[in-house]
Amino acid sequence: MTEKNKNQKSKSNVHSLYPRKLKLQITWIFIIVLLFYFYSLYETGADFVTLIVDFDKIINALFNKMLPPNWEYISVAIDPLIETIQIAVVATTFSVLICIPASLMAANTIVKNKFIYQTTRTILNILRTIPDILLATIFVSLFGIGIISGILALTIFSLGLLAKLLSETIETIDPRQLEAIRASGGNIIQVIWYGVVPQVLPQFISYGLYVFELNVRASLVLGFVGAGGIGTIIDTELNFLRYQNVMAILIVLLVAVIIIETISNMLRRRVV
Amino acid sequence: MITFKDLSLVYPNGTPGLKDVNVTVNEGEFVVIVGLSGAGKSTFIRSINRMVNPTEGELYVEDENILDLKGKDLRKLRTKVGMIFQNYNLVNRSSVFKNTISGRLGHTGTLKSIFNLFSKEDKARAYNNLKRVNIEEYIYQRADQLSGGQQQRVSIARVLTQDPKLILADEPVASLDPPTSHQVMQYLKKINTEDNITTIVNLHFIDMAMEYADRIIGMRDGEVVFDGPVSEVSEKTFEQIYNRPIREDDLRGSDTDDGEE
Repeated sequence: MTEKNKNQKSKSNVHSLYPRKLKLQITWIFIIVLLFYFYSLYETGADFVTLIVDFDKIINALFNKMLPPNWEYISVAIDPLIETIQIAVVATTFSVLICIPASLMAANTIVKNKFIYQTTRTILNILRTIPDILLATIFVSLFGIGIISGILALTIFSLGLLAKLLSETIETIDPRQLEAIRASGGNIIQVIWYGVVPQVLPQFISYGLYVFELNVRASLVLGFVGAGGIGTIIDTELNFLRYQNVMAILIVLLVAVIIIETISNMLRRRVV
Repeated sequence: MITFKDLSLVYPNGTPGLKDVNVTVNEGEFVVIVGLSGAGKSTFIRSINRMVNPTEGELYVEDENILDLKGKDLRKLRTKVGMIFQNYNLVNRSSVFKNTISGRLGHTGTLKSIFNLFSKEDKARAYNNLKRVNIEEYIYQRADQLSGGQQQRVSIARVLTQDPKLILADEPVASLDPPTSHQVMQYLKKINTEDNITTIVNLHFIDMAMEYADRIIGMRDGEVVFDGPVSEVSEKTFEQIYNRPIREDDLRGSDTDDGEE
């Protein structure tokens, strides 16, 4: 095959890495994308020139108001931070538990029935298209302000994501390993437990930790609509224009996120 | 005893797998099925434990027509029929012992198997079978850390743990080198004679078929084109089955050149 290509190349005098047609196509795509950029900038009235010219003013304004952070406020931020982490832990646990049956039903290596497969996929896709902030707003209006709404919103949001990741992993496993268990008379649950679980467990743990990280960050945004956690106090402080308090909260949050990510990365490297 | 009666199979995409197969395999026989790839050897073997579904005819395993079996009855049939695969099909990330004892799953309740509550006898059985194929020293190794020949031996132990009446082996040596191939075939043959387990093996190597089979069934294009004891088989028979002259790569070679182990 390769030798044939070489022969063809040496016959023609063009030593181009790509065929001419492909190059032409790529050029056109580039031009179209560029045009689209400029059109969008024009339509939205985005003014990059001002942004660049007045950059120092913006920075000055920001830093004068936010710095130095109000260090005393950190002690106030700790309790909401713990609440945020608790929301993330509970929501992640719920979604991990629910995603197991959901992702099995959304994997064509396990479910041969097209109807069940497509229905589950569609439901999961719909779940994933609803933004977390909208979910939180809905639950706040249903269950009132507080962490319950936050937990429910995050559970549903991360369920869609987790089930998608896990079901796609289940679809890529080696079906021959399942075949052997089926051939020895195992039922569907035994096939899953002895054939599927060992193959996907490392990725599953990794996804679970990743979604936990996401949930910590997402629960921050949810606070703005009253779904509990550290976002609530950020919202309050922003509204009272106490930017130095906001800065203190952000620092607390930054440290917390870094610590959580480091631990979770360490765990993930261990299992994969 | 296994009886194929006018058995045909057409795959859902329209490809014919088997055409009007009539074969009877007696208890304790060591049958080798030969044929080129695509001749229907795998379909033949996989019909017996219903890993594929024949579309016409009858297929009796121990006087029971297995074509209508469903759910629990089908799983019961599969516990009686052990299967060995070309790619060993061990669960890579599980230990050798867990793979071996998974042969007991068909005999174990769902809840018990989830909590790994296998009976003492089952565990002893699994260990003894590992010993039989001389692989017991790797009991807690992960399956994918073993060589191909070792993995195939584990899969033989798994099948033995199942306590089968019948063993099906689908190209068990196609991924192995010549010495290891002979070793695996010798284990299969030994189990066949010692335990009187009917064994049906798919092979495309002529010399191996001749060496280990009691009886040879030749297949071409989904049809049985030869069926007879190994004493009646000559090189000419194979040329008829393959419908072409015999070539070098139809032979596996001898086991005199010792390789692995």
